[in-house]
Amino acid sequence: MKNYARGGNVPYRWEDPLFKGVTFLFALFILLLTLFIAFSLLVHATPAIKKFGFEFLWGTTWDPVSEQFSALPFLYGTLITAVIALLTAVPIGLFVSIFLSEFSPRWLSDPISYLIDLLAAIPSVIYGIIGLFVLVPLMRGNIEPALSNSIGFLPVFQGPFYGVGILTAGLLLSMMILPFIISISREVMLSVPQTQREAILSLGATQWEMVYKVVMPLSRSGIIGSIFLALARALGETMAVTMVIGNNPDIPLSFFEPGHTMAAVIANEFTEAASELYLSALIEIGLILFLVSFVVNGIARILIPGGVRAA
Amino acid sequence: MGGVISKNINDEQSYAILGCIIKVNNNYLMRKILNISIFSISTICTIFTLSLLFFVFSYILYQGITALSWDFFTKLPAPIGEGGGGMAHAIIGTMKLLFVAVLIGFPVGLMGGIYLSEFGGRLFPAGRGRFVYSVRYAADLLNGIPSIVIGIFVYIVVVLPMKHFSTLAGGIALGIIVIPIVLKGTEEFLRLVPSTLREAGLALGMAKWKVILTIVVPTAFPGVATSMMLGIARVSGETAPLLFTAFGNRYFSSGWLSPTASLPAMIYTYSISPYSNWKQQAWAGGTVLLVLVLLTNALSRMLLRRKKLRTQ
Repeated sequence: MKNYARGGNVPYRWEDPLFKGVTFLFALFILLLTLFIAFSLLVHATPAIKKFGFEFLWGTTWDPVSEQFSALPFLYGTLITAVIALLTAVPIGLFVSIFLSEFSPRWLSDPISYLIDLLAAIPSVIYGIIGLFVLVPLMRGNIEPALSNSIGFLPVFQGPFYGVGILTAGLLLSMMILPFIISISREVMLSVPQTQREAILSLGATQWEMVYKVVMPLSRSGIIGSIFLALARALGETMAVTMVIGNNPDIPLSFFEPGHTMAAVIANEFTEAASELYLSALIEIGLILFLVSFVVNGIARILIPGGVRAA
Repeated sequence: MGGVISKNINDEQSYAILGCIIKVNNNYLMRKILNISIFSISTICTIFTLSLLFFVFSYILYQGITALSWDFFTKLPAPIGEGGGGMAHAIIGTMKLLFVAVLIGFPVGLMGGIYLSEFGGRLFPAGRGRFVYSVRYAADLLNGIPSIVIGIFVYIVVVLPMKHFSTLAGGIALGIIVIPIVLKGTEEFLRLVPSTLREAGLALGMAKWKVILTIVVPTAFPGVATSMMLGIARVSGETAPLLFTAFGNRYFSSGWLSPTASLPAMIYTYSISPYSNWKQQAWAGGTVLLVLVLLTNALSRMLLRRKKLRTQ
């Protein structure tokens, strides 16, 4: 037997560095891939960027025939559907995570969160057909008339009932982002030390006072992070939105009317883009989507404490 | 605060202390009512969320079971106007796409994860740590990029140079989506392996690469495999990146360089079509896809719950 302990006769002189080098290359590949995605989007968006400049961001015409492209209708549609989705999903999601982390015992809360996580696994095209065949008729026949009758004095709830439209897309999105808010918020709330809860309960506080004064403040950053993560999902969601938003490159005042989003316009028109400028304009929209999701995900990453994982 | 309070305090005193910490309504009944109503609201919200899941699942099954038949799995789409037909080509297409995705996503994710967990981190000076940090950041970003943007990227780097849509391009797009999922899973579960196991191997004189490949990775394998299954479950339902990479096909795709149909893309085209026969087929496809994805997801996460690691 060789005496490996003695200096000089170092075993595995090359195998270890080789293995390390190979794994390093794969890690490097992931880094370069991400940079390369940004770079190639930028390169192929250049013709549109050069032609339209910043006009692209606040112009409202999207006319492939006369090759006039600007993205405001899509930016608006993406933003407003995401806002509607957050406005509905955040309150519900917070109540559910309060229930799961504070009110229900662990034996009940664990299986329920397991099921709710399944909601996140449903493919978006499935949400799309549910939206198209169930939600759209429901919106046209029941929800939109009801909204119009009750709070129709608001301009956003006026006009004819299309069924497909901004509000429908927003509500469908809220269904899709709900599990992200719930699973992260619940975990963040569960990580609040039990002693903190017991301290205030022992003084006679009710459970709600405990949640409101102790649990929520301590988990605030994680909860906000989960909302940002959900926002990122909502901004980039493609298929389900494409199927129910109506694909109308306009900025309608009413939420009942069809609109368009950045992801939806790419999905709809990418294969039809005949000219280089058209394609480049679509890629520029993709680039904007990339940058927005970079920022929003970055914020979520900072806010959500390490160790808490998304569904 | 704690130090000042004596051990024996009565209810009134504790109530006074509570009043110092938070604003308390003097009406005890009101506080009780508020508490109960919040409890009720949160219970209702939970039931509502769960019923969403059951509704989606049962509605798809209900619509799909009537539309499903043996033909669905064995036949090609029928011409417009004729009834019947199936999505055999889309099922095969999805399998081919997943095969390419696995071929790309698993090795890159696994090896990258090994680097992050075994060679990155505390052992090395700050310079190397920055690299590890940026790889993690890039993986998070990659995970967060809308899948349609990945589709554009693959269109630019694969479809444009080859001048046609292909199974290969679609598979590459899905593979890129799988990478960060497997990477994060691998890193996380390798980190859970106790360092004593590594040290035991090293103490016996094993090379580090051998310790990693024969001790660390096998120990963490259940977790790593779960993250791989979750990655497959995630991409098998992806539609957006396939629209302009794998494109679509009315027939079986030949080889790897021709466009191919896939289950999610077929569901999309069929559901927005005006023909009722096609819509029926879309429900059938939705059922197959949903059962496939949820089963993979549910099973792998259940396994994960059972045994996080073999050592535990």
